Amino acid sequence: MATQHSRSAARMMMAPAVVLLLGWMLVPLVMTLYFSFKNYLPLRGGDLGWAGFDNYVRFVSSSAFWPSIQATLIIVGGALIITVGFGVLLGILLNQPMWGQGVVRILVIAPFFVMPTVSALVWKNMFMDPTNGLFAHLWRFFGADPVVWLSDASLTSIIMIVSWQWLPFATLILLTAIQSLDGEQLEASEMDGAPALKRFWYIVLPHLSRAITIVILIETIFLLSIFAEILVTTGGAFGTRTLTYLIYQRVLESQNVGLGSAGGVYAIILANIVAIFLMRIVGKNLDA
Amino acid sequence: MNLTNALFAASALVSVAATAATADTITIATVNNGDMVRMQGYTDDFTAKTGHEVEWVTLEENVLRQRVTTDITAKGGQFDIMTIGMYETPIWGANGWLVPLDDLSEDYDADDILPAMAAGLSHDGTLYAAPFYGESSMIMYRTDLMEKAGLEMPKAPTWEFIREAAAAMDDDANDINGICLRGKAGWGEGGAIITVTANSFGARWFDEDWTPQFDQPEWKEALTFFTNLMNDYGPAGYATNGFNENLSLFQQGKCGMWIDATVAASFVTNPDDSTVADKVGFALAPNHEGVEKRANWLWAWALAIPAGTQNEAAAKQFIEWATSKDYIELVAAKEGWANVPPGARTSLYENPNYQEVPFAQTTLDSILAADPNNPTVEPVPYVGVQFVAIPEFAGLASQVSQEFSAVYAGQQSVDEALEKAQAIAMEEMEAAGYR
Amino acid sequence: MARAVTNQRKAINTAAAWIVGLLIFFPILWTILTSFKTEAVAIADPPVFLGFDWTLENYRTVLERSNYARFLWNSIIIAGGSTVLGIIVAVPAAWSMAFVPSNRTKDILLWMLSTKMLPAVGVLYPIYLIFINLGLLDSRLGLVVVLMLINLPIIVWMLYTYFKEIPVDILEAGRMDGASLKDEIIYILTPMAIPGIASTLLLNFILAWNEAFWTLNLTAAKAAPLTAFIASYSSPEGLFYAKLSAASTMAIAPILILGWFSQKQLVSGLTFGAVK
Repeated sequence: MATQHSRSAARMMMAPAVVLLLGWMLVPLVMTLYFSFKNYLPLRGGDLGWAGFDNYVRFVSSSAFWPSIQATLIIVGGALIITVGFGVLLGILLNQPMWGQGVVRILVIAPFFVMPTVSALVWKNMFMDPTNGLFAHLWRFFGADPVVWLSDASLTSIIMIVSWQWLPFATLILLTAIQSLDGEQLEASEMDGAPALKRFWYIVLPHLSRAITIVILIETIFLLSIFAEILVTTGGAFGTRTLTYLIYQRVLESQNVGLGSAGGVYAIILANIVAIFLMRIVGKNLDA
Repeated sequence: MNLTNALFAASALVSVAATAATADTITIATVNNGDMVRMQGYTDDFTAKTGHEVEWVTLEENVLRQRVTTDITAKGGQFDIMTIGMYETPIWGANGWLVPLDDLSEDYDADDILPAMAAGLSHDGTLYAAPFYGESSMIMYRTDLMEKAGLEMPKAPTWEFIREAAAAMDDDANDINGICLRGKAGWGEGGAIITVTANSFGARWFDEDWTPQFDQPEWKEALTFFTNLMNDYGPAGYATNGFNENLSLFQQGKCGMWIDATVAASFVTNPDDSTVADKVGFALAPNHEGVEKRANWLWAWALAIPAGTQNEAAAKQFIEWATSKDYIELVAAKEGWANVPPGARTSLYENPNYQEVPFAQTTLDSILAADPNNPTVEPVPYVGVQFVAIPEFAGLASQVSQEFSAVYAGQQSVDEALEKAQAIAMEEMEAAGYR
Repeated sequence: MARAVTNQRKAINTAAAWIVGLLIFFPILWTILTSFKTEAVAIADPPVFLGFDWTLENYRTVLERSNYARFLWNSIIIAGGSTVLGIIVAVPAAWSMAFVPSNRTKDILLWMLSTKMLPAVGVLYPIYLIFINLGLLDSRLGLVVVLMLINLPIIVWMLYTYFKEIPVDILEAGRMDGASLKDEIIYILTPMAIPGIASTLLLNFILAWNEAFWTLNLTAAKAAPLTAFIASYSSPEGLFYAKLSAASTMAIAPILILGWFSQKQLVSGLTFGAVK
């Protein structure tokens, strides 16, 4: 149906979005690249001349670099596993006939509406605080010593908070996918006497693969840049310093814009590696 | 009758004219501490006196710092007054980013500002920020628990006594920790208390050639002492406790002793918030036996005007209002002497009404005991007691204090942390061209 | 043949779902409850759930201290403005990708998503300097544009997946009747895409509402939204659980209520093409 006319019209219509995004990507990217080769220290008078590749070398040779990559991957990976895993289970549960389905659905999606700063503050103070937090009360009620969440289980705590925020998103998408599952096929297999686990493995899960990849793609984009959750809870201590947080420390705490910009370039490279990897999978699934 | 009306009309006209001629709106960035929040409540008094309106931007300390630093370095001009501390003021003043406050009015009496505060807020003898309130650190302790333990707090105790007292007051059955101290990562949080503790053990951040000193025995001794003390008698999870967490622990009666900012005294003795308001005693911060420096820090939250603001005159008027003797009187009249902003003016401590406040004298003594120009036993190339007034310090110290917090949480040993701290400091100082 | 659902099975499902739902919702419920307590009750040991004297004191304190109405209004304008602007830019782009696909369409889509991965902190200084030069600091317009750009990839993608589901036959029928491209979009496509557009609007409104880096760093007093409001309560001195809860409740309540009323649209539309 695509005529020459509609093709050029299509290009025209795509232009504003593409141009805007290109600008939004290129302008900061070019400026980041420019600063990354500069010795730029705002508190020492700003631009102190060219630095060559010094910033790049210094950023990776810092003892904080590899641990920060590791922390980033653990947090993103952990949150993905939890949200997708529980999202599938929750999606199946919510798809069952029950009383008050609408209300339950509202309860489940509510965390998605909460600002990251607020959810981090609430979890840190009202749940994970080792003296006055609800978890501490609960632990003491059962005669156990309260866990000091944010120092002794720092990565776990952050993964918990982030997962709580993103579980609703995963659940919603997966629920819609489950609802589209062919009921008759399932019934037939049920009558054949296929056990529930087998039905899940051979019919439900393959059907969900497309939805799962999409959840992973979108969540990864957001999870790679989480920041407020770390700033509010641990301030980067106890092994929770992610790459984003390390860049924050370089730019805003050390006031070294050149070094931070070099870190920014590394972050873009990391994001693109992850993105290419993900897009291979999604691309395949999008075609299918 | 007519005369009064005429006078009234005339004065209304005059005031309208005066307002129209000079009324500005100034934007003030400030931290969300109790005294500043109280100041916001009195904005109407300022507007009534000068006609200027005020827009408040109240932010939590870390966010405030990041926000005002970005704005001043990039010359964004978003604020007419910034609330900054002793760390920022000399650095920014030296860069010419702040309006000098050397022409404040006669009435304001700038000579009345406590000399230690004025010194910390000046560069080359010029004042760049006016202190709203100032603080040092001191010991706050529970008099009832001390008595029960059969001990008496000296006016100027040693760390050794603190350890003994913490052991005696610690009472797990009643949920009482012998001592509460900050362990939270961040140079202004846990970094402050461990630095002054180190000072009181004879340690220092840098020697005169800017060589980091974390490989010296004094640092090891200080950090080991601190960690053992807190592991034995401190609250669970102290590695994430900062000023606020400890304040609420103390207010709930869960600490025998607490060494922290002198401004906390008015909160722990306020019966509205504190369950132990009538059982708190005060003493000078401790020293290690045989070391002449005490664990006293020195800090002021101060108001400064960024160079280039359009509303410099109005901003100066505001600073004169907020840090004046009259403002102190105003708060005292409305909310009592214990609630006035402390630690900024000499005259406050000469006021007989204020001398009756139980923590007034110890606060003054603590402030006087701190000397930003000679913070440690051995000479150092820097100014600042619990910080080093160089631009690189904030970034460096926040990383170092993260390593220390990991020690408090039991994730690494004292030696490992000091080794990493030394490496981080070397790296940063080399990057900045000091070495 | 419909499967007969026994009441017993339904009861078990109901119980399980409600327990899980309440557990997930609990942190929010607890925050709302705590906002009505006094500071002393908020940290009581053991914790009190419902049997306390409800008080509005915390809300009064917060309202006295902050100009809540202005923060709220800024949030509405910024989140709303950026979403509407984003839709206006994205609809034509998504339309052309869906109906006039070329072999580069998928690459463009994925490239758009990848622009979201640029770490915001790394470009704070460049963007701040640009904003100073354009005079956009502390202006709602500046934030509307930035948040629109941040969310544009998501908007384009969501719309693209909805448009793709619209059967091409209908368009062709319209074309035979002599409908122009403009008519086609306004009279045929848009009505069919309304549920998708509604869902896109909602999701992006939520994302823009909750964005806390640029909204904090590019504003001062005039344009500051609710994320800045929360930053003034995040670590005050002394006991603060109740006041923090009140401020938190006030920051999330508007979006929570909006979300609840519109959850049907959000749920039915939030697929990102996950369902074929």
